[in-house]
Amino acid sequence: MSSDSHHKENFLQKYIFSVDHKIIGLQYGITSLLFLFFGFSLMMIMRWQLAYPETPVPIVGSLLGETGILLPEIYNSLGAMHGTIMIFLGVVPLAVGAFGNYFVPLQIGTVDMAFPRLNAASYWSYFIGGVVMVSSFFMPGGAARSGWTSYPPLSIFESGQTIWLIGMVFLITSSLLGSINIIVTIVQLRAPGLSWFRLPFFVWGQFVTSFLLVLAFPPLEAAAILQLMDRVASTSFFLPSGLVYAGAPVEVYGSGSPLLWQHLFWFLAHPEVYVLILPAMGIVGEILANNTRKPLWGYKSLVYAVIFLGFMSFIVWAHHMFLTGMGQAMSAFFQTTTMIISIPSVVILTAFFISLWGGSIRYNTPMLFALSFLPMFGIGGLTGLPLGVGASDIHLHDTYYVIGHFHYVVAPGTLFALFAGIYYWFPKITGRKLSEGLGKLHFWPSLIFMNGIFMPMFIQGLAGVSRRLWDGGQLYAHAQDVLQWNEFMSISAFCLGAAQIPFVINVFISMFNGEKVDRNPWGATTLEWAAPSPPLPHVNFESSVEVYRDPYEYSVPGAEKDFTPQSEK
Amino acid sequence: MQVPYTVEERPETGLNNSKLGIWVFLASEVMLFGGLFSAYVFLRMAAPAGEFAYWGSKLSIPMATVNTLVLISSSVTVIMSWASLKMKDFEKYKMYMGLTLLCALIFLVIKYFEYTGKFHHGIYPSSSTFMAIYFTLTGLHGLHIIGGMIVMGYFWLPAGNKMWHSEPDHFTNRIEVAGLYWHFVDLVWIFLFPILYLL
Amino acid sequence: MSDHDHGHIEEHIKVYLTVFGALAVLTVLTVSASYMDVSNTEAIFLALAIATVKASLVAGYFMHLITERQTIIYILCLTFLFFLVCMFLPLITFIDHTAL
Repeated sequence: MSSDSHHKENFLQKYIFSVDHKIIGLQYGITSLLFLFFGFSLMMIMRWQLAYPETPVPIVGSLLGETGILLPEIYNSLGAMHGTIMIFLGVVPLAVGAFGNYFVPLQIGTVDMAFPRLNAASYWSYFIGGVVMVSSFFMPGGAARSGWTSYPPLSIFESGQTIWLIGMVFLITSSLLGSINIIVTIVQLRAPGLSWFRLPFFVWGQFVTSFLLVLAFPPLEAAAILQLMDRVASTSFFLPSGLVYAGAPVEVYGSGSPLLWQHLFWFLAHPEVYVLILPAMGIVGEILANNTRKPLWGYKSLVYAVIFLGFMSFIVWAHHMFLTGMGQAMSAFFQTTTMIISIPSVVILTAFFISLWGGSIRYNTPMLFALSFLPMFGIGGLTGLPLGVGASDIHLHDTYYVIGHFHYVVAPGTLFALFAGIYYWFPKITGRKLSEGLGKLHFWPSLIFMNGIFMPMFIQGLAGVSRRLWDGGQLYAHAQDVLQWNEFMSISAFCLGAAQIPFVINVFISMFNGEKVDRNPWGATTLEWAAPSPPLPHVNFESSVEVYRDPYEYSVPGAEKDFTPQSEK
Repeated sequence: MQVPYTVEERPETGLNNSKLGIWVFLASEVMLFGGLFSAYVFLRMAAPAGEFAYWGSKLSIPMATVNTLVLISSSVTVIMSWASLKMKDFEKYKMYMGLTLLCALIFLVIKYFEYTGKFHHGIYPSSSTFMAIYFTLTGLHGLHIIGGMIVMGYFWLPAGNKMWHSEPDHFTNRIEVAGLYWHFVDLVWIFLFPILYLL
Repeated sequence: MSDHDHGHIEEHIKVYLTVFGALAVLTVLTVSASYMDVSNTEAIFLALAIATVKASLVAGYFMHLITERQTIIYILCLTFLFFLVCMFLPLITFIDHTAL
C-alpha cells in the first residue's frame, strides 16, 4: 500500500510493473494504440477484397496463402477480430484505461488511484487478454470468425471461438478491476473543496462509464462461461434440440436457446457502446470549454443527462434483436426506451453546440478534432434512429447501414475525440507540444477520408447490401447498382491509413524535439494543469491541492486573466 | 505520499477505500450470478414441462442441506474472527479463521463427493440442460469458495501475524473486507440451494 | 465501525449468534417446505421467500448493511434494479415471442 517513493525502484518496478497510475496509463495508451493500428490493418485487407474481389492482396498476400487471395473464412476471421480488437483491445483501453487512469487522479487533485496494485493487475490482465486474442491467429484453425458477437449455434461449431472466449474473460476481468478502481477513486479521493458539481465533465464521463462496466460486463462473463461449456463440455446451453450441422444431427442434449446468448451478450454490449462514447464526450467537453474561453453551457444538464444516459443504457439492448421473432409488446417497449435514450444524447450534443456560441474560438489541433466530433457524432446518432424503430429496422438490420451508423459514432466520433485528447494532454505527459502543422496534416485528410469510407455505407445499406459478406454483395441483384462504391470506400480507407502517418511521426519527433512548454500551455482551469509536466512520480502535485472554484471559470468578469484555475483562491 | 483513506474513513462518505471497493466488486458479482440465474430461469421456461424437475430430483438434498449449514457456520466463524480482532484477541482470531477455513474445506469435500457421485452414475454436464447449469452454477460458486480460501488462508498464515503486529487497524479492515466477500459467497449458496435442489 | 468498544462488540456477537440460530431454523424450514404438496408457482414463491429472508439476515447483520452508509445502499439498490432487469426482461421477451 505505501508507495515507497523513498525506496529506489529498479527498472522493472519503475517502468514495467509500476503501480503509478501515470505509467499504467501510458502502458494502456501505447498498447491500445498499437492494437488500434493492428485492427485497422485487418480492415484494410478486408477492404482490398471488397474493392478488388479475388485479386491477390498486396504486401500481406503471402501471409494469406498460396494465391494471396483473401479466402472467405479468413475474411470472416478478419471481420470478427477487427471488431473485437478495435472495441476491447483498442478504444475502451485507450478511453478508460489510458485517459481514465492517467487523468482522473490528476483532475480530482490526488496522488494516485485508490488501489494502485489493482490498477497494475488490471493492465496486465488486459495485456494477457490481448496476447491471447492475437495468438489466436497463429493457432490451428485460426482466429475467431463468428463475428464479434459470437452468436451460437455458429460460434459453437466454428473454430477459433474457444480462445476468443478465454481472451474475453481476461479482458472482462481487466475492465471490472479498472472500473472498480475508478469508482472508488472518484468517490473517495476528491481533493478538499472538490464537490460533485465541481467535477470536470471528463470525470463525470469516466464515473458513469465505470458503473456501466461494473454492472453490465458480468452477465457477458457468465454467458462466455456458458459458451465455453458448450464448446468444451458438450453442453447445450445455446443449442436447440433437433439441430443438424453439416448434414449430421448434433450429438448434444439440446433444449438450449440461441436467444439466451443474444440477451446476455447484448445486455453488456449495449451499455458497452455508451462506454465507447462517454469518455469521448468528456474529453470533448474539456477541450471545447478550454478553446472557447467560456464555461460549458448547461453543465448541470450535462451531468444529469450523462447519468440518465447511463441508466437508460441498461434497458434498450433488445433493439439489437428486433428480428428474432419478438412479440409486439416487448418490441414496443424496447423501441420506446431506445427513443427515450436519444434524448440525453441530444441534450449533451446541444449543450456542446451552444457552448460554442459567443466563444473566442481557438482553432488548434485538439479543437479541430473536438469540433468535428459534433457533426460526426450527430450523423452517427441520427442514423441510429431508423435502427431503433422496429419497422425501419426490418429493412436495415444486418446491412451496411448499421456498419455506417456505428462507425460514424466510434470512428470519426470517439476516435477523433481520443485524438483530440492526445493532442490536448500530450504537453502534460511530456512537457512538449505536438506540432500543429503535422497535427493539421493528420486532421484534415482523416476527416475527409472517414466520411469517404462510411457515408457510402448508408447508400449500400439502404439498397439492402448485407454485412459480413466476403464478396461485398456481388451475387445479389439488389446490390448491383451500389457495388461501385466499394472501390471508393476502400481507397478512402487506404488513404485514411496513410493520413495517420503524420500523427505517428509527430508523436515520435515531438517527444524529443517538440516545443517545450510550461505546465499550462493551453491556459486551462482544471486541476491536472496545476501539476508539473510530467506530474511528479507517485505524488503528482508539489503540494496538496485545494479546490475553490467550478471547473470552467474562463473569462470571469473582473479577473485579470481569461481563465482562473480551480485551485486558485 | 500515501493514498488517503486506506484505513481511516473519508468523513463525507463514512467509508474507507476497501469497504467501498469490495461492495462495488460484490455488486458486479451479483450481476455475474444474476446472469447465470437468469440463464437458469430462461432455460427452464424454454424446456419441456417437468424436465428440470426430473433431472433436479437426481440431486442429493441431504448433502446439500449439510453444506448449507456448513456454509452458514463458516459465515458466523468469519465474523467472529473479525470481532476477535476488534477486541484485540489475536489468538481467538486465529481459531475462528481456522474454523472458517475448515468449514470451507468440508464444503468442498462434500461437493467433491457430490460431483464424483454424479460422474459415477454417468451423469455429466452434457447429460442434460439442467445438469449443465447445475454443474456450471455450483462449479463457479466452488471456484469462488476456493478463491476465498486462498485469501483467508493468506491472512491466517504467518502473513497475518506480521500484518497484525505492524498495522493492526489495517489488518482488521482487511479481515472485515474478506469477511464481506465470504458472506456473499454464502448468500449465493442460500439461493442456489433451493433453486437447484428443491424446486 | 472502527470506533466500537468491547461492550459494543459483545452485543454484536449476541446478534450474530441469534442470526445463526435463525438461519439454521430457516434452512430446516426450507427443506421441509419442499416436501409440502403445493403447486409449482407456490413452491417457487415459498422457496424464494424463505431464501430472501435468510439472505436479508446475512446481508443485514453479518454484512452490517443495517447500519451501512448511504453510498453503499444506493449502489446496491441500483445493482438490484439491474439484476431484476437482467432476470425478467429476457424472460418476458421470450414469453411474448410470436409463434414462428
